Amino acid sequence: MRNLIRLAFLCLVFIGVQPALADELDKAAGTWSISSSSKIRFSVAQVGGGGIAGTFSSFSGKFRIDKDVTRSGVTFQLKAASVEAGDARITAFIRSDAVFDAERNPVISFKSTRVTRTGDNEAKIEGQLTARGITRTVAFQATFDGQSGNQIRFRVTGKMSRALFGMEIGTPIYSNSVVFDMEMKGVRG
Amino acid sequence: MQWRNSPRAWGLVTVGFHWVMAILFLGQFALGWYMQGVKSLMDQFTLYQLHKSFGFLILGLAILRLVWALTSTKPDLPDGMEPTERALAKATHWILYALLLAVPMTGWAVVSMSPLMIPSFVFNLFVMPHLPLGISLSGEQAASSLHAFLAYVAAFLAGVHILAALRHHFHHRDGILIRMLRPGHDGRREG
Repeated sequence: MRNLIRLAFLCLVFIGVQPALADELDKAAGTWSISSSSKIRFSVAQVGGGGIAGTFSSFSGKFRIDKDVTRSGVTFQLKAASVEAGDARITAFIRSDAVFDAERNPVISFKSTRVTRTGDNEAKIEGQLTARGITRTVAFQATFDGQSGNQIRFRVTGKMSRALFGMEIGTPIYSNSVVFDMEMKGVRG
Repeated sequence: MQWRNSPRAWGLVTVGFHWVMAILFLGQFALGWYMQGVKSLMDQFTLYQLHKSFGFLILGLAILRLVWALTSTKPDLPDGMEPTERALAKATHWILYALLLAVPMTGWAVVSMSPLMIPSFVFNLFVMPHLPLGISLSGEQAASSLHAFLAYVAAFLAGVHILAALRHHFHHRDGILIRMLRPGHDGRREG
């Protein structure tokens, strides 16, 4: 009996929530441009604690949200030379041929190939990331972070191997994993 | 085999320390000089980390060697040596011991003060903590200059030390060089 009540309650909640989610998705559907006010942060941990943290200041991209989430997609480009990592020598090092080789490979780009819904507000975005002239399949996790007026926000996180892109310099002092933590803001159009 | 020193001869431990550290020091000096001019930042990074690892190895061995030297008998110098010559030889040897500590210590200060904050992962085996000197670019630069200066002083004195050993061997024809080449040998030459 108690289980039945619980089930009935769950059904009510579900019926109540589902249209709300559908509404959110309806509102979000369409094409968005990635705003320059987005924050692209990354970090690489180092042995003994701490690590290197950096940001990119020059990037652009577009994403499309479809009511059928699996048909959504994103393209994103960033300028490798726009990386900043606090210390001038570290920044120069990351721009150099030791890491990004920004002179020969000025653009780091991402193009999604598959979007899967993983929760009420979450989706997994798989795609092709090209950096240092090497293209690999990587995955990011996107969490819907609200929409107001003409702006939509997502928190996008991901973790990938530097070695996959020929950037394993410094391992094992520095972790082979680079962690991305990004605040993506989209504006209509 | 004679491990310890005697009033006539060096033991295996002293001879081993001497030659292992001579090779390490010269290799480290050459590496330190070479790595600064390497164009590829990737190779340069790797070489700097290697230089740091060898630096800590030299520092560790220098401490052990100093303890060994302070607690061991030293064979006598050849009878014919002038008092000034004796004093100079002694001073050179103690300054070289001091530099074997001071050069790696100033190198450690460089990495400890550098705003780069690169951990010292000695031969990728363990993390050597930074000295508590505080992060400072000017501190790093000062320590780096001192490190280079002391390394050149050490290289110069090592050169003097080598020439002196050769002079003893070929000019004075005494047993100084042979004693350091053959543990337990008193340096006397047959014939």
